[in-house]
Amino acid sequence: MTNTLHRFGAPESHRDDFVVFAMAAKEVNDADAVPKFQQFLRLALPHRPINMAHAQNRGIYRAAEQLTPLVHWTRGDERLDPERIIREVESCSTVAVVFDTREATIAFLADLREADLGLSINVSALVEEGHACCKAAGLTRHSVEYSLGIHGDQSRLPDRHTLELSTMCGHGMVSHNFARKMIDLVRENRRTPEQAAASMARFCACGVFNPTRARRILEQARKGE
Amino acid sequence: MDVDPRKCVACANCVPICPMGAIYIDPAVNRATVNQDECVECYTCYQGMSKERLNPLLVRTIRGLFKLFRLRFEPEPDVCPTDALTPPALVWPRTIRRAFSDPVVAHESTGISGRGTEEVKTNDVTGRVRAGEAGFTIEFGRPGVGVRFRDVQTMLMALVPLPVKFEPQNPVYSLIADPARGTLREEILNEKVLSAILELTTTLEHVPSVLRRVTEVTPTLDTLVCLGVSTRCDDRGENALEPLLRQAGFPIVRGKTNLGLGRAAARPRASEPALSEETRR
Repeated sequence: MTNTLHRFGAPESHRDDFVVFAMAAKEVNDADAVPKFQQFLRLALPHRPINMAHAQNRGIYRAAEQLTPLVHWTRGDERLDPERIIREVESCSTVAVVFDTREATIAFLADLREADLGLSINVSALVEEGHACCKAAGLTRHSVEYSLGIHGDQSRLPDRHTLELSTMCGHGMVSHNFARKMIDLVRENRRTPEQAAASMARFCACGVFNPTRARRILEQARKGE
Repeated sequence: MDVDPRKCVACANCVPICPMGAIYIDPAVNRATVNQDECVECYTCYQGMSKERLNPLLVRTIRGLFKLFRLRFEPEPDVCPTDALTPPALVWPRTIRRAFSDPVVAHESTGISGRGTEEVKTNDVTGRVRAGEAGFTIEFGRPGVGVRFRDVQTMLMALVPLPVKFEPQNPVYSLIADPARGTLREEILNEKVLSAILELTTTLEHVPSVLRRVTEVTPTLDTLVCLGVSTRCDDRGENALEPLLRQAGFPIVRGKTNLGLGRAAARPRASEPALSEETRR
């Protein structure tokens, strides 16, 4: 799984994007991982994550099974209660939280170091930011994976803003066409960036979509920057 | 994915949702229709769209009236008003589409949801990529293009002669028919998935040759490739791979950092030898 590795954008476009996730290794340390996953998520709450999920159950942004027609006039971003996400962790999968500041990320990593859960913890961000966060939390990085970008016929890629939005779900659940539609709706002032970001976030099953970054990109796209 | 024509009201909300662009409104029947050859069974439309479960006749009547007066109702963009999307019963080899495209479904071969393995994310526990080694993730079909397995096979066959070791836990590995040639099972070659990942390890000295081979073969494929490479850091958190990549002309922007906080409850994968002469062909 490389679902957060290949986010598209110039370095400046990743400055507010920090995904922290926990995994247990199959048949090595996954036997008692569920309460540790729950603790991981609970430790994140004081640092105000902007998205979080247990990948098997989807995240705090989630499609609704039964809406009323009033939703077309009254819908907010409808984030679920984080406690519900924590309660729903019943199996061994990946749990992830997203932050939009380096400070929150460092503080959370320091808490994780203190908690010593024994889970594998990873930070997906700019390489230099990931390294810096690690050091600031008093940790030495164990391994690192580098994104070497997208190869092949580049003419098959959409425009920059669309790609920045759609690649925030590395599993491809946020389609280029939907991201482009959200940009158009924002540019035509038919949706706010907040509404458009929430609409896209609902498709990301792993809860790693960054709505703060999405709002910023949508604002930039609106102004043609 | 199927669309129930009795429920569909042709609102077209699902059209841009589809990552493969496989859904369209067929003017002959005025219903959403799925191009089954392009659909990768990712279930993005079914699982990602909220549902209203309204009466289709009522919705069609209202939409018809609006259309008559050339009024445009602007619904929430991620809602299927009548719950018209219907998951089909999949049979082999089409089942493979969902296994590789819907990230919520765990692969039978790995027991892990998603398209690859834990790769370097649990390296602090598994030692999958060891000191002096590099782990490659070659992901086909991403972003948003999709891939047929014949293209995965083309790359696989090009990489087999190199001194690399393919990750046996990777879902694609279980589909290899002939490991010596790198061919995949014949019946899956035309199956299309949202993305598939090849994972392999090699020694740092062979990183340039793998990079060269991948970048040579990629333009011949009818898809896009996202390339990732990982390594183990030393006691200071540094590694020899990063300068090597810079030297090869790859800009270092985004990455994934394993903090080393994992702890094995049992032993590391001692049964798996480090990359040695016997594993190098």
